[in-house]
Amino acid sequence: MSLCLGRLLFLATLSLTLAGCGQSASEQAAASGERVVRIGSVAPLTGPQAHLGKDNENGARMAIEEANAKGITIGGKKIHFELISEDDQADPKTATIVAQKLADSGVSGVIGHLNSGTTIPAAKIYHDNGIPQISPSATAVAYTHQGFKTAFRVMANDAQQGHVLGEYATRNLHAKKIAIIDDRTAYGQGLADQFIHAAQAAGAEIVAHEYTSDKAVDFTAVLTVVKGKQPDLLFYGGMDAQGGMMARQIKSLALNVKFMMGDGGYTPEFIKLAGDAADGTYASLPGVPLDKMPGGKAFEQRFVAQYQPIQLYAPYCYDAVNVMIAAMQKAGSVEPAHYLPALANISYEGITATLQFDGNGDLKGGAVTLYQVQQGKWQPLETVGAAQ
Amino acid sequence: METFLQQIINGLVQGSVYALVALGYTMVYGILGLINFAHGEVVMVGAMLVISSLTAMLSWGVPLLLALPISVVLAMAGCMALGYSIERIAYRPLRHAPRLAPLITAIGVSILLQNLAMMIWGREYHAFPQLIVSQPHHIGGAIINDIQIIIIIMALAIMAGLMLLVHRTRLGRAMRAVAENQHAAQLMGVDVNRVISVTFMLGSALAAIAGLMVSANYGLAHYYMGFLLGLKAFTAAVLGGIGNLRGAMLGGLLLGLIESLGAGYIGDLTGGFMGSQYQDVFAFFVLIAVLVFRPSGLLGEQLAERA
Amino acid sequence: MKSGRFTKKNGLFVLQLGAVLLLPFITDALLGRGWVRIVDFAMLYIMLALGLNIVVGYAGLLDLGYIAFFAVGAYCFALTGSPHLALAFPQLFPAGLHLSFWQVVPLSALLAGGFGVLLGAPTLRLRGDYLAIVTLGFGEIIRIFLNNLNAPINLTNGPQGISLIDPIAVAGVSLNAGEEILGITFPSVHLYFYLFLAFTALVIFVSHRLEKSRIGRAWMAIREDEIAATAMGINTRNLKLLAFAMGAMFGGVSGTLFAGFQGFVSPESFSLMESVMVLCMVVLGGMGNIRGVILGGVLLALLPEILRHGIVPLQQALFGRTVIDPEGLRMLLFGTALIAVMLYRPAGLWPSRVRRSELEADEPESTI
Repeated sequence: MSLCLGRLLFLATLSLTLAGCGQSASEQAAASGERVVRIGSVAPLTGPQAHLGKDNENGARMAIEEANAKGITIGGKKIHFELISEDDQADPKTATIVAQKLADSGVSGVIGHLNSGTTIPAAKIYHDNGIPQISPSATAVAYTHQGFKTAFRVMANDAQQGHVLGEYATRNLHAKKIAIIDDRTAYGQGLADQFIHAAQAAGAEIVAHEYTSDKAVDFTAVLTVVKGKQPDLLFYGGMDAQGGMMARQIKSLALNVKFMMGDGGYTPEFIKLAGDAADGTYASLPGVPLDKMPGGKAFEQRFVAQYQPIQLYAPYCYDAVNVMIAAMQKAGSVEPAHYLPALANISYEGITATLQFDGNGDLKGGAVTLYQVQQGKWQPLETVGAAQ
Repeated sequence: METFLQQIINGLVQGSVYALVALGYTMVYGILGLINFAHGEVVMVGAMLVISSLTAMLSWGVPLLLALPISVVLAMAGCMALGYSIERIAYRPLRHAPRLAPLITAIGVSILLQNLAMMIWGREYHAFPQLIVSQPHHIGGAIINDIQIIIIIMALAIMAGLMLLVHRTRLGRAMRAVAENQHAAQLMGVDVNRVISVTFMLGSALAAIAGLMVSANYGLAHYYMGFLLGLKAFTAAVLGGIGNLRGAMLGGLLLGLIESLGAGYIGDLTGGFMGSQYQDVFAFFVLIAVLVFRPSGLLGEQLAERA
Repeated sequence: MKSGRFTKKNGLFVLQLGAVLLLPFITDALLGRGWVRIVDFAMLYIMLALGLNIVVGYAGLLDLGYIAFFAVGAYCFALTGSPHLALAFPQLFPAGLHLSFWQVVPLSALLAGGFGVLLGAPTLRLRGDYLAIVTLGFGEIIRIFLNNLNAPINLTNGPQGISLIDPIAVAGVSLNAGEEILGITFPSVHLYFYLFLAFTALVIFVSHRLEKSRIGRAWMAIREDEIAATAMGINTRNLKLLAFAMGAMFGGVSGTLFAGFQGFVSPESFSLMESVMVLCMVVLGGMGNIRGVILGGVLLALLPEILRHGIVPLQQALFGRTVIDPEGLRMLLFGTALIAVMLYRPAGLWPSRVRRSELEADEPESTI
């Protein structure tokens, strides 16, 4: 039996070889004594979240190109940065494979991944290889709580965002009775749980906690339960597509509540799907509105001119690359082991916030901005610094 | 009480949607004894066709009253062609093969259609043009709107129509004969292939209508919408007794009610241990329970050999 | 003359064994370490496919929820080998359980086998399509429960998944760090390769012995004609349950390996599409034939990678953008392959002799 196994595995090797022929590294030997430093960028570039993944990649690419244009010298050597982009397909298994590949190709740092479900298992591989990782968008608390000194993020985590949302709902919107629906994904459930903690701490009562899924289209049953409990506010932990449909069904069931979502709702898609039911919906986005930040407006103009309108996380990727380069400059070295301590203690003025990391690698005092749909458009209401 | 009534209405509407799809399953199963796994995907294709043709025609300035029927007819024609090809390519050559074979091709067809649709229409949700303002009606504090009423009426009407067809027409008699015994029917001069093709086309036309109703009700369509819907509808068909048209209707309505009442009250019943997160589990539990305790379903005849 | 042929065969065997043992090094040198990890995953899929082959290939029971057993095995190790229990039940397990991998393997095999019986028992009377739907439902039920059992008792940590699972250790050596043996450095992925290879060999050996055994022949009799099998005095009930249990055990063990290798499990890894993929491996390679199933496993486990590295750059070069994403293309190929294989090669790419004769027989149903 092992005979045939041998033959098969041999065939497998062969096919691997053939498949690999296409990816011969295009190593452009940097002329004129430049040192090439590789930075990895990982996001789902194919699949349902491809538009977000491409956005992330473009954000990172722009930062790299600007750094190269500026001409950066670290430790007496001129540095040429090279972006290596990988596709994790939003799948945890593929994420570990591409993480391994990036480690193989000797990257000095990684910007990624997009989802918490991929970032968490990949973090272990970066940690084992001593590579600093900055996620632009993974918000699950667990990511930075695995005890890995290499893991950072430039976005408020679920706890910080849920906290701001929960406090805002109770203090500013004066909600006494709150109903919760979450979509049972890592993102939706994580955010909803943190929201509940904060809202309860601020004195609100959670009158209903119902659930749906990220593929559901019919929410009438759970919304009817919510209606029966007569809450002031309904918080949905989930993404824009379901949120949009939910907003419609809230309207058709004549459910009179304030509707609130996290950053998953802050998209044009939500408004498109909810139609005229979108007005009045609240959502949040970590960070400060771009036009309020120094250089934010200019970034947006450059980005749109070069690529396409910003989807969601491109500014965070841009910041992530820049903060990594800043740490290298501060440490005077591109070696991960040398610049890692500098990254942990950095204070960098980014376009989304002032970036400083706490002991876990989380963003210190990550600000969160609240938005509301008014006349079919998202309008910023208020920026709140997350209190820890 | 208000909440309870609203949950009943939610369940009836959802149940009618299931019933519409379940009728298609049951027709094919009744005649071929084959679960047409791809039926849910045909519903999805129907919904997509309606939305794209309607959106296109409205943008060309075709008046709504003309555009709607044309796009429905287009979708029905498209689905009928699709149903015919599926049967011709994937099922007919395997009619005498072991049971496992057509089942595996059916799964293959389902995957294929889903991904083709994804390539044609993309991964985004397609919004159904908001054309008719669906008026809400208040019944004892609960709310039901026009589209929902149409769905319930449509499901009942289609069931009645199919029953007439099967029991009162020549084609219906041929269908029943083929269901009973293909070889005997052939000997009696029934063109078995034609009857089976017509059945598939009929089922697919129903799927197009179901797709229209579903996308109009939820206001959108998506390449993935057919799968879970198909699964639930299949459960409904089994619950009522597969192969039985009245059973499909009854099973659909019951499953809709079980889901909405289950999601609404299971939290209170189990003291908070289980909640609406298990909404999708109910259908599967119902399915397993029916198959174990009453494989012929609530209204079905004894189909022990098939079950 | 006889002995001469014998040595030639032996020589070939040694050569092939050598090739397999060197595979991670060859792959590493040619393609990089990421590909060694891909090969590791391919081995896991081969194990899964061989397990499903017992249920579908030998006993002829179409199981569409097979990934549930993989999940059971994975969560078994995730719970007993991570700090999660300490967080969830601080009184009961102040430091977590931290069982070693070798204690967990029999445990998860037993647990998964138990789940196999649990699934098999109520579905004994069902055949073909009904069984497929019920097993599909079962797989979804398991996934939904894993996704939701974080409240009121936090058993599975819900959609957040469980991280920080202990690495697998063999003879006191953690496979997570590289190891130097006889002057050769074995990186972590290589060590895992040899562990997975050993388990795959064991699974192949057991499958092979089962196939030729009394039990295996009885399974095939049930597959071909259950009524006739009963008439021949075969206890179809027990044997079907045994098939479910055996298949589930293989799935459970490979799930345990997966959890240790990945260090993180979450319910999204156990979706219905994974079940379909494993089924595709069995069907495509050849139901009931170990070589065929291995071939199917290798092909389909490598396919997504090949598509990602081959098709995406090709499309970029041709059209300047990605027209069809590789995930969609992969599923498209799966669907087409399932149909094409059933129509033109119902016994698979590498059919077993018995199965071919059986599946290609064209006899009308009503000849009895």
